[in-house]
Amino acid sequence: MPDKVIVRHLRASFNKVEALHDVSLNFAENRVTAIIGPSGCGKSTLVRCINRMHEVVPGASCTGDVILDGENIYAPAVDPVQVRRRIGMVFQKPTPFPTMSIEDNVAAGLKLNGIALARADRDRLVEQSLRRAALWEEVKDRLGRPGASLSGGQQQRLCVARALAVEPEVLLMDEPCSALDPISTARIEELLLELKATYTIIIVTHNMQQAARCSDFTAFMYAGDLIEFGETKQIFTNPTKRETEDYITGRFG
Amino acid sequence: MVVAVAIDRATSSRKDGPHLAELADTVTEQVAATQTRVRRARGFGVRAIGDRVFNLTTLALALVILALLFGVTLDLVINAMPSIKTFGLHFLVSTDWDPTNDQYGALPFIYGTVVSSLLALLIAVPLALGVALCLSEMVPTWLSHKLGFLVELLAAIPSVVYGLWGIFIMGPWLRDHVDPLLAKYLGFLPFFQGPQISVSMLSAAVVLAIMVLPYISAVCTDVFRVVPQTQREAAYALGATKWEMVRMAVLPFGVSGVIGAVILGLGRALGETIAVAMVIGNRPEISASVFMPSSTLASVIANEFVEATSDLNLAALVELGLVLLVLGLILNVAARTLVYSSTQRRFSKGK
Amino acid sequence: MLLNPAQQRHNLYRNLKSKIMVGLTVAATIVALIPLFLVLGYLLSKGAASISWDFFTKMPTPVGQGGGGMANAIIGTFELVGIATLIGVPIGVGAGIYLAENRGSQLAQAIRFAADVMMGIPSIVIGIFVYAIFVKPFYGFSTLSGSIALAIIMIPLVTRTAEEMILLVPHELREAALALGVPRWRTTTSVVVRTAISGIATGVILAVARVAGETAPLLFTAFGNRFWSTSLFQPISSLTVQVYTYAISPFADWQRQAWAGALVLTAIVLAMELGVRWVTRGTARVAR
Repeated sequence: MPDKVIVRHLRASFNKVEALHDVSLNFAENRVTAIIGPSGCGKSTLVRCINRMHEVVPGASCTGDVILDGENIYAPAVDPVQVRRRIGMVFQKPTPFPTMSIEDNVAAGLKLNGIALARADRDRLVEQSLRRAALWEEVKDRLGRPGASLSGGQQQRLCVARALAVEPEVLLMDEPCSALDPISTARIEELLLELKATYTIIIVTHNMQQAARCSDFTAFMYAGDLIEFGETKQIFTNPTKRETEDYITGRFG
Repeated sequence: MVVAVAIDRATSSRKDGPHLAELADTVTEQVAATQTRVRRARGFGVRAIGDRVFNLTTLALALVILALLFGVTLDLVINAMPSIKTFGLHFLVSTDWDPTNDQYGALPFIYGTVVSSLLALLIAVPLALGVALCLSEMVPTWLSHKLGFLVELLAAIPSVVYGLWGIFIMGPWLRDHVDPLLAKYLGFLPFFQGPQISVSMLSAAVVLAIMVLPYISAVCTDVFRVVPQTQREAAYALGATKWEMVRMAVLPFGVSGVIGAVILGLGRALGETIAVAMVIGNRPEISASVFMPSSTLASVIANEFVEATSDLNLAALVELGLVLLVLGLILNVAARTLVYSSTQRRFSKGK
Repeated sequence: MLLNPAQQRHNLYRNLKSKIMVGLTVAATIVALIPLFLVLGYLLSKGAASISWDFFTKMPTPVGQGGGGMANAIIGTFELVGIATLIGVPIGVGAGIYLAENRGSQLAQAIRFAADVMMGIPSIVIGIFVYAIFVKPFYGFSTLSGSIALAIIMIPLVTRTAEEMILLVPHELREAALALGVPRWRTTTSVVVRTAISGIATGVILAVARVAGETAPLLFTAFGNRFWSTSLFQPISSLTVQVYTYAISPFADWQRQAWAGALVLTAIVLAMELGVRWVTRGTARVAR
């Protein structure tokens, strides 16, 4: 499987304090890669650098390269807005736009495309996105209701649908289940397995079972460094580094 | 009371106790217990009284506010009564303000107040929204605080100073440089026709705009600042540009707060007295042209109250004040409700 | 990136639009600040030209005589504002304590709302109120009535700031004092209010600065006085009313005096605002 995203010598900092020290790793296309590690190890910072969301935070900066399909997204001529179109993101807490209906939430990113969609095309895309996010059956009768009227798990899947609607190539998920109950979590995990046929998925999680259940590759980070990276099975059954073993056996973190 | 109960118990225990020694012990114990209980009870009593006195004092002071609010309203109604009785509702629609013949109608002043305030909002609201977005979204925090401080200084300058500046500097400047342009390009509209005078509706509107802008922008900045960062990031993650992020996440979130801020600004503009009295020209007539002098509820009160010629004249002026008060109360209740609901609301996940 | 020309053009348009809108908000901020600098600039140039030592030490002179100053108006402003502070601050702080201590109660909510609404009452209406209940039935125009009018304007401002400042005091501090067996009222006065005192003082100074610039409520309460006011029951001159009277007069030397008066008035008000904000590093805010 070719590499979709290649991270090279990435360093990121907040107000001159380095949070990520020289991280390099590759993400394989159409695979789920999990990033695990204790809180504050830089895993969220890493994914936020991949679609240039890191720089949105005041005082944040980074150096290094992130290469998407052979193109460096940190090249001076690249527009971060276009990068984010191709690399979608789902956040820790569900973030539907509270004033928009379910339908408008899904279409929110589409509107930015500027390509005027016929009503029918729009409806079809909304339906397709909701189906892919496994939410269609639950909301098809109330598309006009506000997005905030859904349950937490449904809101998170709505956010997945919203991210999918702009047809990204890579989907970043920053602890998407940390605010959800076990049943909703299970739904999102099933979803990951379906989605990887179409998308390259990078998921940050502090839940090791989750990483073991649904990822193909796992990266373990600690204190801003990438400690170990490999196939999930290998990381969880036969880690090569002492820190990794300590972490997955629950000795710290 | 506590003592009585204790003694009661002590006696009853004496009856029950068969042995003298035991009885003595029990009594001693009971007395000791009673003493502590009494001591404690007295302590609690003192403290409770202290608390009660303190609470009642602060309550009384707080009630002063309610009393003032009702007092002001009641007082104005009573003192306006002669005028209310004489003119009834006709007062509000009559354009005749004639102290020599004791005829009073409020319409020219209501018109002047409403039009000058709305024109002021027309100028101030877009600017204030720009300022608020600039401060909350566009510039780094340190700069935002410095600029915000400067904008709030606009609100610190006394209104008589704005009036002074308006009479001698801004009014003549508007007449010489702005009025001719408006007449040239928009002269086909009745609002921009006729003689151009430096004390005018336009001058009042511009001075008011300068004075209400800091209030509107400060409230809007607060409202925008409570928009959760996650909402902004969600928009960016969809590939929104900065402006699209503002349209998608910031403005919809703050819309009721912004409306509240605008109404609050309107309330300020309606009630502003001295600066307007100085630059509006004080002419109790309705004219379409904004180049002409006009008069507002507050400005006519400021000008004529001390020189009121008759009791009815005074009552009519008080009734103008009452109209102003009622307008102010309605707008403030509405604005506070809106601003409150939008700065207190936090983004909730699910319901 | 693989985009068709139409999409590329559209993205160019989106980025341009975003840049223009960002630019417009910055422009709005600059435009909003222009009047501040214009007003301050004219005050300095016109005011400084007509200010002199006499302005602070001499009394107003009749028209045409030239010279003279606003000594009585300067003192009058301090007197009016001082008495207003003595009346308004205890009431405002007490009410603020009540609102903070009884946060949830319906009465407190009603009073808080009343205070907010009071802040929106035009100050000239307060002037009419004080005229009707105080000036007309008792002593006529007087220092005391002017101070009362200013105090009424101060009360809701002080109340709301005091309340907010008291609520900023960490709850743990209050609990720590209560756990030591200190009665509630002593906890409130000696621990909570003392901790919040600098914030409350800040709010008081900002409220004082606000009323020092008021003209409208003084017009028919304190009125004005060409001479020294020697009693609380005599009318008194103030900088604001004096500047107003001189500004709308047709006489050039009075108008010059008005600029000087406005400069002094603004200097007093801004000194309080800037001083407070400098000390508190910009966190201070008067209730709106």
